[in-house]
Amino acid sequence: MNWILLLEQIMNGLQLGVLLFLLAAGLTLIFGIMDLINLAHGSLYMLGAYLAATFTNWTESFFVGLLLTLPACMVLGMLLEIIAIRNIYTRSHLDQVLATFGLILFFNEFVRLLWGPIGLDIQLPEILNGSVELIFGIRYPAFRLAIIAAGIIVAILLYLLVSHTKLGMLIRAGASNRQMISALGVNINLLYTIVFGLGAALAGLAGLMAAPIMTVEIGMGEEILILTLVVIVIGGVGSIRGAFLAALLVGFIDTVGRSFLPDILGFFVTNDVADTAAPAISSMLTYVLMALILAIRPQGLFPPKGV
Amino acid sequence: MRKILFWISASALLIISQVATAETVKIGFVTTLTGGAGAIGNDMRDAVELALDHLGRKMAGSDVKMFYEDDTFKPDVGKQKTDKLVKKNKVHFVSGYIWSHVLMASRNSVVGKGPFMISSNAGPGPVAGKLCHEDFFSTSWQNDQTTMAMGEVLNQLGIKTLYIMAPNYAAGKNMVAGVTRTFKGNIVGKDMTKFPAQIDFSAELAKIRSAKPDAVFVFYPGKHGLQIIKQYAQAGLQGKIPFYSAFTVDSLNLPRLKGLAEGSLMTQFWAPDMDNAVNKRFVADYRKMTGRYPTFYAAQSYDTIMLINSAVEAVNGDLSNKAAMRTAMRKANFPSVRGPFKYGNNHFPIQNFYLRKVIKDSEGNFTTSIVKTVYTNHQDTYAKNCKMSW
Repeated sequence: MNWILLLEQIMNGLQLGVLLFLLAAGLTLIFGIMDLINLAHGSLYMLGAYLAATFTNWTESFFVGLLLTLPACMVLGMLLEIIAIRNIYTRSHLDQVLATFGLILFFNEFVRLLWGPIGLDIQLPEILNGSVELIFGIRYPAFRLAIIAAGIIVAILLYLLVSHTKLGMLIRAGASNRQMISALGVNINLLYTIVFGLGAALAGLAGLMAAPIMTVEIGMGEEILILTLVVIVIGGVGSIRGAFLAALLVGFIDTVGRSFLPDILGFFVTNDVADTAAPAISSMLTYVLMALILAIRPQGLFPPKGV
Repeated sequence: MRKILFWISASALLIISQVATAETVKIGFVTTLTGGAGAIGNDMRDAVELALDHLGRKMAGSDVKMFYEDDTFKPDVGKQKTDKLVKKNKVHFVSGYIWSHVLMASRNSVVGKGPFMISSNAGPGPVAGKLCHEDFFSTSWQNDQTTMAMGEVLNQLGIKTLYIMAPNYAAGKNMVAGVTRTFKGNIVGKDMTKFPAQIDFSAELAKIRSAKPDAVFVFYPGKHGLQIIKQYAQAGLQGKIPFYSAFTVDSLNLPRLKGLAEGSLMTQFWAPDMDNAVNKRFVADYRKMTGRYPTFYAAQSYDTIMLINSAVEAVNGDLSNKAAMRTAMRKANFPSVRGPFKYGNNHFPIQNFYLRKVIKDSEGNFTTSIVKTVYTNHQDTYAKNCKMSW
C-alpha cells in the first residue's frame, strides 16, 4: 500500500463527503422540520449549477458568479415554497413524492427551454484550475481543495446558526416538535419559507461547486439525490450533525471502495472476476451500509433529540 | 351523373393502386434525445435529415417516413421503443443505437421479426460473432477494432507501461479487450467505472498519479469524455502523462473543451477531413445546416440512410423482397463518407482505421485531422465466430 495514494484517496472521500453534506443538510432540514419529502431538491442543485455557469459567463468571474448564485437560489427556493410546496404539507408522503417528482419533470423541461439540451461549462479562474502541492509531496487539484474548505466553513456556519441563534433554536424546536412550536405562537409559515430557502441555497452552493468538476446538464440532480437520501437516512432524518457525519462516511466508503476494492478482491478471486465484480460491489457498499443501519438502528446514527 | 360517378370511382381506384405500389419506406431510429447524451442523438438526427435531403426525401420514388425514438440512455426503455417500432409502426428498418447495452437489449425485438436492424454506432462483440444475423447490419465498426488500432499505435510509440480506464458496460469491456489484445507492453492498472452514474474520477486519477505509467488510455463516450479530460487537466496530469483515447473526444465536446484536448491522439475509422467527394459534401452541407462539425456518430448515421437507400433502390421500392434487399446491402454499394468498403460475413464493415489528432482549423474551430493509417481493410476478431456465410 502506498501512503501518499491512501492520503489522496482520503482527501477525495472528504471532498465527495462535503459535497453530499451541502445537499443533505438542506434536505434533512426540510424533511425533519416540515415533514416534507422533497425529491425536487436535486433540481435546486441543478439550477444552482446552471445559474452559476450563466452568471460566471456573464460576469467573466467565478467569484462574482458565486456571490450572485447563492441569493438567487435562496429567492428561487422561497418562491417555490410559497407557490407550490406550501400546498402539500398536509398531504400524505406519497402525494408529496408525486408532486415533487412532477417538479423534477417541470424543472428539467424548464432548463431545456431556457438553456437548451446541451449542457454548460464553467471556466475556472487560473488560481483554482490547477493542482497544488500539499505536505508529503501530495499534489491535489486546487478546486477540490476549495470544495473541502468551503464545505467545512459552511458546516461551521450552520452549526453556529443552528446552535447559537434564535432562528436556529426555532429550527431545532421545529425538528423536535412541530405542533408545540406553532402552538407557542411562532410564525410557522415564515419559518418554513426561510428553512426552504436556506436548503435551496445550500443545494445551489453544492451545484455551483460540482459544476466545474461534473457536467452542468439536465438531470444532474437525480443521480446525486439518491446518494443524498442515503446520507440522511444513515445520519438520522432532521439532524444536521448526523447529515455531516453520514456524508463523510458515505464519501469515504464510496471513494475507498472504488479505489481499493479491485486490489483487495484480487487476493481472493481471479483478476477478471475482480475487475467485473469490483465496480458492482463498490457501488453497492453505501446501500449495504444503509440497509445495515436501517436494520440495527432505524432512527439513524444521530437522530435529533426528542424524536 | 353515372358518368361522373364512374370517373370518381375510377380515379379513386387509381389513387389506391398507386399507394399500393409505392409503399412508404418506414424507418425507425432509436437514439438518445434527452439528458446529457441527448446532444449525440440530436447530431445523429441532423445527419439522417441531411442524408434524406441529399436523396430528395425519396427512396426509389417512394416517400420516406422516419420514426425517431428516445431510449433515454436506458436499455429497458430502448427495448420498449424498439418493440413499439416493430409492432405498432410496422417499420421496415430499425436503425440508430448509440449504446451497446441498449442494442443488446433491443436486438431480439427486431431480428427474425421482419424488419432489418442497422446499428449506426454500437458494435458489441456478440452481435458480430455468435449472435450475427442475416437481418443485422452495421454502418459503424465492431467495438474492439478502434482500440486494437490504438494498441498498435502505442506499440509504435514505444509505450511500455499503460493505465486503462473505461466504463463498466458492454462497450467498455470490448474496448478494453481490443487494446489489451494488441498492446505489447505492460498494463499497470485498469479501472472500470460505474456507468453512466460515475462522472467524478478523482479516485481513479489519484491511482494513475501513483502508478506513474508511460501513457493513459481511456474510452469515455459522450459527456463522460468531457469530464475525464477536464478532471485530468485539473489533477495536473495533462502534459505529464500522455493521454490517448477512443470515442472520447468528439465534435460535440471539442468546442466545450476549448484548448484542453488540442494535440490529443485517438484512433477512428473516419475523420471530417477525409478526402473523398461524398465526405466533402457531407461535411460542408452538415456545417452549413448546423454550424457544427459532424461527429463520427453523424457520419455513421448518414451512411445508415445511404445503405437503406441502396437496398430500397435495388428492389425498386418493393419492400416485400427482403432477400434481394439483403443481397444489395451486402455489396455495400452506396456512397459512404469513409470511401468504398466491403462487408465481412458478419455484416460488419471491413475498413481502414486511422490515427487522428485534435487541431485548430483556419477559422479557429477545434476539429480532428488524420495523421496516418493504422489498419488497412481491418476485419474484427469476432467475425470468425459468426456461422453466417454468403
